This record gives sequence, structure tokens and C-alpha cells, in this order.
Amino acid sequence: MDYAAQSEAAQAERTPPARKSTLLTRKSPLIDIAQFAVFVVAVIWLTLAGAQSMDYNWQWYRVDRYLYRVIDGEFILGPLLQGLVVTLEITLFSMILTLTISLVTALLRLSGSVSGRLIATVYLEAIRNTPLLVQLFLFYFVLAPILGIDRFWAGVLCLAFFEGSFGAEIIRAGLQSVPRGQYEAGDAIGLNRLDRLRYIILPQAVPLILPPMTGLIISLIKHSAIVSVIAVAELTTQGLNIISETFMAFEIWFTVAAIYLAITVSLSFFVSWLERGAKWGR
Amino acid sequence: MTQANPMLEMRGVGKWFGNFCALYDINLDVRPGERMVVCGPSGSGKSTMIRCINRLEEHQAGQIVLDGVELTEDTKNIEQIRRKVGMVFQHFNLFPHLTVLRNLTLGPMRNFKVPEKEARETALHYLERVRIAEQASKYPSELSGGQQQRVAIARALCMKPKLMLFDEPTSALDPEMISGVLDVMVELASEGMTMMCVTHEMGFAKEVADTMVFMDEGEIVEVGPPDEFFGNPKSDRAKLFLSQILSHH
Repeated sequence: MDYAAQSEAAQAERTPPARKSTLLTRKSPLIDIAQFAVFVVAVIWLTLAGAQSMDYNWQWYRVDRYLYRVIDGEFILGPLLQGLVVTLEITLFSMILTLTISLVTALLRLSGSVSGRLIATVYLEAIRNTPLLVQLFLFYFVLAPILGIDRFWAGVLCLAFFEGSFGAEIIRAGLQSVPRGQYEAGDAIGLNRLDRLRYIILPQAVPLILPPMTGLIISLIKHSAIVSVIAVAELTTQGLNIISETFMAFEIWFTVAAIYLAITVSLSFFVSWLERGAKWGR
Repeated sequence: MTQANPMLEMRGVGKWFGNFCALYDINLDVRPGERMVVCGPSGSGKSTMIRCINRLEEHQAGQIVLDGVELTEDTKNIEQIRRKVGMVFQHFNLFPHLTVLRNLTLGPMRNFKVPEKEARETALHYLERVRIAEQASKYPSELSGGQQQRVAIARALCMKPKLMLFDEPTSALDPEMISGVLDVMVELASEGMTMMCVTHEMGFAKEVADTMVFMDEGEIVEVGPPDEFFGNPKSDRAKLFLSQILSHH
């Protein structure tokens, strides 16, 4: 019998001790779930009690027509879901731009070019140290007329440049956490810079970049609500309009928040599913 | 006696890290087929010297000429030179996200546009030479240190280099893994590969080296055939170094 087979046989004989049941101990999952349930009930009770004390008239039955309507068997999107479509459009376009701006800025920051580094640094500092709302006004009132773009694209560009400044640092950190030896090995086999980035560095950096980048895209979805101040007809704008007509502030804001939550949570789950797929044989 | 043109010429090469002088006035010729072993105390500039040859470090003075082409600032020129020089690192530096086979085929396929089938054949050929063809579809982390280092040697060979550089290839290995790697290197030497090897394996040096280079404090102190270097070192620094390194042998 050779060495490997012998050690395998030895391993097979040594079984781990049986696990103790944790069901009725302090670490029991049942107690966890009970704690959570108590918390949820308390929050709901507080909300209802608060609404009752201010004589709020709940009208949940009126909400569904603002989500969708079925007329003559035809499904029609209500203003909230129409707003959701616009929010998703804004998110999609600004996400693509954000990722592009982030990568380019990160590469400029790490490049040997002095002017490249300077441009990247000025951009980062300017964007990160001014309020998003002020940037949005600059894009809408100053840049949009100059470039001849409408309010939708002014919003998309503003969000992309804003999130891009944070994304650049995420990508830079990811690229820098790939060990130096990997860059050197890529150089040593004579790859050019682009091939080295594409085949060696990025594939190792992406699993590191993905979790914080997901957080950034979730921020982007949430920040997209701010374009309501330049009256782009997205989810938050639609919510504001409905409330000004119906005065159902509680119901509509809860609904709007739930819709945002549904998108961001499903994005989180999608990315963690992706991450499991991206693991290589470590 | 006719002397072939040197594969590598170093003329007055100098290198500084800030104010610290890492290499000073390095002059060295490596003939085609020559097996050169570089030794010296740690911090003496051995690694820096061979890393200058494929521009992992930039030399600031002097000239490095490889196979008739001078190493300059130009990116294309640097890539060309790197493609002629194989490098084996102390810590292997295999690409962890690629299989062993992809580690080997990436360079030839991207640099020389070798078709995939041909690149795989070449890769398998070299994997057989380093005696780990059966590991081709595994990832580097599934291999032992010794096996990883042999993959790294095969990866360098796949580029059909004219000069192989070894930067302490066995220093990071468990003792029982060292001989497998040294066997591969001895075999390579016996096939006429031009090699420059930084190592503390003096047994290996005595077995394969044509020329011993002894460095200290960024300078080349002694160059000579191994019999002379080990039997009758001229400088005090080399004597001291040898007495320290060989005292337990």
C-alpha cells in the first residue's frame, strides 16, 4: 500500500464526534426567531398606535389602482409601476456609466501618467466633497443646456459621475489587493498591459470588487430618488404626485419604500448567487 | 579559440532604491549555453540583478544587451525582451484562477498568437518534461509547492526562452520537495539551456554551474569556475560566506 492510500485509510477510520443538538440551548434558532417576531410585532404596533392617535384614516384599498389596473382584461401599469420602469431605466444606464467611469478613473489613478493621475484626483475630490443635490442642479441647470440633453440624461449623468467617484476607489482597492507577484508573473511571460489586466489582474480582482460594488449599485438605486427634484417621472416623483392628489402619505410612502426594498434585496441575492459561481478552486 | 557572441551582456549596470545603492557597476557576460549560478549573502543584490534583466526592476546606469538587443525604456522593446527570457520566482507566482494548462498556454496564445491546439500540445510536452502532465487540469492551489514550482518552470519554458532566470527557486519549498525541482533544473542544464540561477543550493551549483558569481553589497566580488570558487576563493568576503553556508554540510 502506498503512502497516499495509507493516509486515506487512516483518515476514513477517524470519524468526527457527533454534533450536539442546539435546539433547546441558548444558541437555539427557535429563540432567535422568537426574538425577531417580537421585534416585528412591536414595530407594527407602534406604527398603528401612532396613526390611530393622530386619527389617520388608512385607505389601503385605494392603493392598488396606482400600481396597476385591469380594464377590459387588459393590464395597465399604474403611475407607481410606470415610475418604477423609469427608475430601472435610470439605474441601468447610470450603472453602465458608473462602472465605466470607475474603471477608467481607477486605471488613471494607478497609471504612470502624471496628467492622468491629476485628472482622476481632481474629479474624485470635486465629486466626493460636494453635495449630490448641488451636483444635480449643476448638471440640470448648467450642463444640460450646454450639452443639449434632457432632464432624464442630466439625472443619469449626474448619478453616474457621483457613484463613479466611489466606484473608482473600490476598483482601485481591488486591483491593488491582487499580489504584486501576479503583476510580475504577467510581465515575466511578456504580456502587454491590456492582456495582463484582462487575463490576470481583473479575474482575480472581480471577486474582491463584487461585494462592495453591489453596495454601490444599491446606493445608486436609492440615490436615483433624488432626480425627483428635477421632475424626472420616476418612482419617487410619482409617489409625490399621487400623495398631493390623494393625501395618502402613509400608504404611498410605505408602498414606494417596499418597491425600492424589493429591487435592492433581489439585487443583493442575485449578486451573492453570482459570487458563489465565481469561486475558483482555492 | 572562437568566442560566440554573448547571450547577455551587462555593462556598468547600476541600480538605486532612493539613495540606497542596490547594484553598482555590474559587468557580466553570459555565453549561449552557459550555466551561471549567482550566490552571496542576503541583500547583496542577486535578485535585483536578475530582475533587471527582464525589467522587473529598472536599471539606472549602464547597459543590458540581450541576444544583441539593448533593453530600453520602450514598452514594445521590453515586451520583446521579456518574451525571450523565462523567469522562475521564489514564490512560483502561478495564476490561481487558471488551471495548470491555462497557466502554460496563456503566454504563447496571447503573445505569439499560437493556436490553442498547438499551445496545449506544447504545454503538455513541457508538463511531461517536468513530470506532472497528469495535473494539467488542476488549479495551482491543489498542487504541492514542489509541483507548483515545476509548473512555473514549464510555464517559462512554453515561451521557448533563450535565457532562463531562476530567483531562489527552492527557497520557499519544504525540504522534501526541493530535489524534484532541482532534478528538473539539472535536466534543463544538461540540454544546453542558458541559465542564470540565484540559489543557496551549493550542491546544485557544484553539479551544474559553469560559472560561479559571488556578489556582496551590490557588487560582483568574484567570478570563476566552481572548482576554483569553492576550492580556493580569492576574496575574504567569499571565504567568510562559504564558511558560513557550508559549515553544516
